[in-house]
Amino acid sequence: MGILEIKNLSLSLSGNDILHNISLEFTEGHIHAIIGPNGAGKSTLAFTVMGLEGYKNFEGDILLDGRSIKNMPVDGRAKAGITLGWQEPARYEGLSVKEFMRASAKDKSDKAIKEALIKVALDPAVYLKRAVDKTLSGGERKKVELASILVMMPRVVMLDEPDSGIDVASLKNIFETIRLLKKGGSTVILITHSLTVLDEAEDAFLICHGRLVEKGSGRKMRHYFKGRCLPCNHQNEPGETEGE
Amino acid sequence: MNNLDAERLYKTAGIEEALNDPQTAHLTISHDKVVSSRSLPGLEVIAKEIKDGVDIKIVLNEGIVIKNPVHMCFGMLKKEGIQRILLDIDIKRKAAISVLAHCIFPDAVKVQHIMDGKIKVGEGASYLYFEKHIHAETGGVEVYPKARVFLSDKARFKTEFELLKGRVGKIFIDYETTCLKESVMEMTARISGRGDDIINIKESGLLEGEGSRGVLTSRVAVRENARAEVFNKLIATAPYARGHVDCKEIVQDKATASAVPIVEVKNPKAHITHEAAIGSVDSKQLQTLMSRGLSEEEAVETIIKGLLS
Ligand SMILES: Nc1ncnc2c1ncn2[C@@H]1O[C@H](COP(=O)(O)OP(=O)(O)OP(=O)(O)O)[C@@H](O)[C@H]1O
Ligand SMILES: [Mg+2]
Repeated sequence: MGILEIKNLSLSLSGNDILHNISLEFTEGHIHAIIGPNGAGKSTLAFTVMGLEGYKNFEGDILLDGRSIKNMPVDGRAKAGITLGWQEPARYEGLSVKEFMRASAKDKSDKAIKEALIKVALDPAVYLKRAVDKTLSGGERKKVELASILVMMPRVVMLDEPDSGIDVASLKNIFETIRLLKKGGSTVILITHSLTVLDEAEDAFLICHGRLVEKGSGRKMRHYFKGRCLPCNHQNEPGETEGE
Repeated sequence: MNNLDAERLYKTAGIEEALNDPQTAHLTISHDKVVSSRSLPGLEVIAKEIKDGVDIKIVLNEGIVIKNPVHMCFGMLKKEGIQRILLDIDIKRKAAISVLAHCIFPDAVKVQHIMDGKIKVGEGASYLYFEKHIHAETGGVEVYPKARVFLSDKARFKTEFELLKGRVGKIFIDYETTCLKESVMEMTARISGRGDDIINIKESGLLEGEGSRGVLTSRVAVRENARAEVFNKLIATAPYARGHVDCKEIVQDKATASAVPIVEVKNPKAHITHEAAIGSVDSKQLQTLMSRGLSEEEAVETIIKGLLS
């Protein structure tokens, strides 16, 4: 039994079928990837697992430790150990990085918060007091998002495109932080259409057009995705043509 | 009794230390009495007690720059009464000062606080004014802050009004600023209301001078049965005048809020923008915090605290 199981999940939004009978199982303590082209339904799946407003009416079931969380509210799921790092994280006027991180932190000490910032390559002296508002750059906001999850030490974390907006130099820190999460016992789910991110995963699921197409080891799925998905002229249109 | 009053006011405002500092000017008024004051070279403060209040004239002489913020404390410790503050401020050429004012009404059952300000900021001068209100939990305060501000060329005026502690009661803000050439004006109000509080903010700016700039910002949170109305008006009549009106109001429970922004441009080289967001807490902000384990109430609290900070 996996820590998190998605069973025959189907979801429609505004009358459109977005997810079709998806079943996935995540092994505790592993780094997984959900890979797929733009519009495949990856973020929608993450929102559904998180139980966000507007993503509650689905068929099938979601199990944590074998128990259904279908009727649990967002904060209930978070308290049970599930969280989400957003593809495009929210901005908050007037809320400092420190306050934002404290809100989710297990260890709310300044020390723990500073350490997490350093891990994601943000200097606490500069960023602790900055607001999590529009003035943070896209990459900075993504780093703060990851740092806020690191201090939470969730049991299961879905990171939606953790590399988007991140420069090459910082990417190393992002991957190190992801490994730290695993080391701390978190089950990590990386949502991506990048081969570089896929390479961090032990297991991967390929989703295309709302359907599970293939699953297997990270290596196998790299081969599959690179060979069959990237060159494909599918209607999801994967624009990415990443190198080795 | 005066000393006791003063002490209680300082304590509530948390400004005891500043008042003992010989380098920090201050003026403390309890109801209609001046209970304490300190001036500094180049800064003239004349306070005349009048019926139910004090008539204050402040002159900052040309070129004088006061480093430490000047503390003003206007309080009324009685349960009932009227406090009328007439404030005439004249900041001369190239002078600079910042004022931190606390208005404290901790036991008010039926108190009216009327402030009538006339402010002149001279050429190249700078005047920063922060007014922080601390009210009783009973909602028995009515506040009428009114100011007419005139900015000469290259003058700078920044004001922030904050009422976050205790119940608002009723507040009617009425600020109007006229800006001459290359002057800069920023007026901000942050107010949190609940119960049957009434919040009425009227701020207007007239950008008359070439290259003058102005920003009107309102941040309001209302819950329970509170009502908020924000009227922001920005008019630009000169070339290269730039302005922005920014109003955010978060509404919960049975509270209501409205925003009436008026932006007017009477010169093709001027430019004014406005944005207003009124309603419940932003869903993405809320759900993000909830996905980190905060309850809905905690998440809303966190978002509002940020918005009003
Ligand atoms: N509320 C909605 N109503 C209708 N269609 C929607 C809604 N939300 C998403 N979709 C559609 O569902 C599909 C999946 O979207 P989703 O955001 O999950 O894709 P994704 O795999 O995360 O893509 P990307 O890589 O671009 O982030 C898209 O075609 C999208 O347009
Ligand atoms: Mg997505």
